[in-house]
Amino acid sequence: MCVTCGCSDDQNVTLTNVATGKLKEINGHHTHTLEDGTVITHSHDHNHKHDHPHNHLSEIHAKMHGTTISLEEKILQKNDLMAAQNRGYFKGRNILALNLVSSPGSGKTTLLTRTINDLKDKIIINVIEGDQETVNDAQKIKETGCKVVQINTGTGCHLEASMVEKGYTELNPEPNSILMIENVGNLVCPALFDLGEAAKVAILSVTEGEDKPIKYPHMFRESKVMILTKIDLLPYVQFDVNKCLEYAQKVNPSLTIFQVSSVTGEGLSSWYDWLENQ
Amino acid sequence: MHELGITQNIVAIVLEQARGASVKRVTLEIGKLSAIMPEAIRFCFDICCQDTLLEGVTLEIIETEGKGKCRHCGHEIRLSQPFGQCDRCDSFELDIIQGQELQIKEMEVEELCV
Repeated sequence: MCVTCGCSDDQNVTLTNVATGKLKEINGHHTHTLEDGTVITHSHDHNHKHDHPHNHLSEIHAKMHGTTISLEEKILQKNDLMAAQNRGYFKGRNILALNLVSSPGSGKTTLLTRTINDLKDKIIINVIEGDQETVNDAQKIKETGCKVVQINTGTGCHLEASMVEKGYTELNPEPNSILMIENVGNLVCPALFDLGEAAKVAILSVTEGEDKPIKYPHMFRESKVMILTKIDLLPYVQFDVNKCLEYAQKVNPSLTIFQVSSVTGEGLSSWYDWLENQ
Repeated sequence: MHELGITQNIVAIVLEQARGASVKRVTLEIGKLSAIMPEAIRFCFDICCQDTLLEGVTLEIIETEGKGKCRHCGHEIRLSQPFGQCDRCDSFELDIIQGQELQIKEMEVEELCV
């Protein structure tokens, strides 16, 4: 990630607007203006060295007297700043942004399409889809008639705040709407990257292990909501619901938990109520 | 493998702060509850420093212990994972007060002037 602007430089990140079929490279040339007025243009498809001239000699001298320079700089600061900017954008437009996180195959997209279809007449929902490759998920969402952009992270294993910023700029979501950000299927890294969302919603299916909350505690601790999906399959799988809830509450006592089936519709109404009351 | 991206970040921040000065040592503070593996950072650091001014720099990592504070009785306990139970009142409601650090603490540069 470029520390000057916060964009990623190590991956081939693309953004697809499935309505127009237009594909954009998110990484391109960037222009930065330094405090002293120096303007730098560089691209992110190589290891840029930032070897441009600086006029900071007097400052360097001042600092060189001590050999140790204290930085106390947060490594993810640029992402956090961009996330704060996103949060302001959402707040100003009264948009509820939710960051949906889970392992691959938990039923995120199915839950999302069902939710959009069921709430169509009440709330406008727009979607940012994150996957390493393909626009398949965005196509499925598009069939519901809502606005969607697909972000492909290439080798990247999570969405970052700057990608979400590019996503909503393209989407241009309506005020008083919901923005669902479907993160890359991964229970590790997305826990570290704030996107500016109002809440992380962790999705766990009953075809996985009931101990996922304590196996991946960072994610479940960071989330405000957990949705247990595919509960219609409970008669056929060995999944101890009570154990799972116990683990989840142990990791995060204030977690709001819903148990749903996107196929039968069971339990969805309380999830919808929660969405409408935010 | 989010450590690679994070290490690239570290290298970029240090290079920017060094402003061309020769860096000898970089000290990071990584909490034990931060979901970052110091070993992975070490592995990536050498690779990320190649062909930059930081090639050959010493990397020092301070690992801070996890610590939680009970929201009910205020008791502080050590944590080896980002959750736990108060050993005084048995509550699971803990605030993590230490161990999630992820920052570049300092760097040592060569003195250029007298």
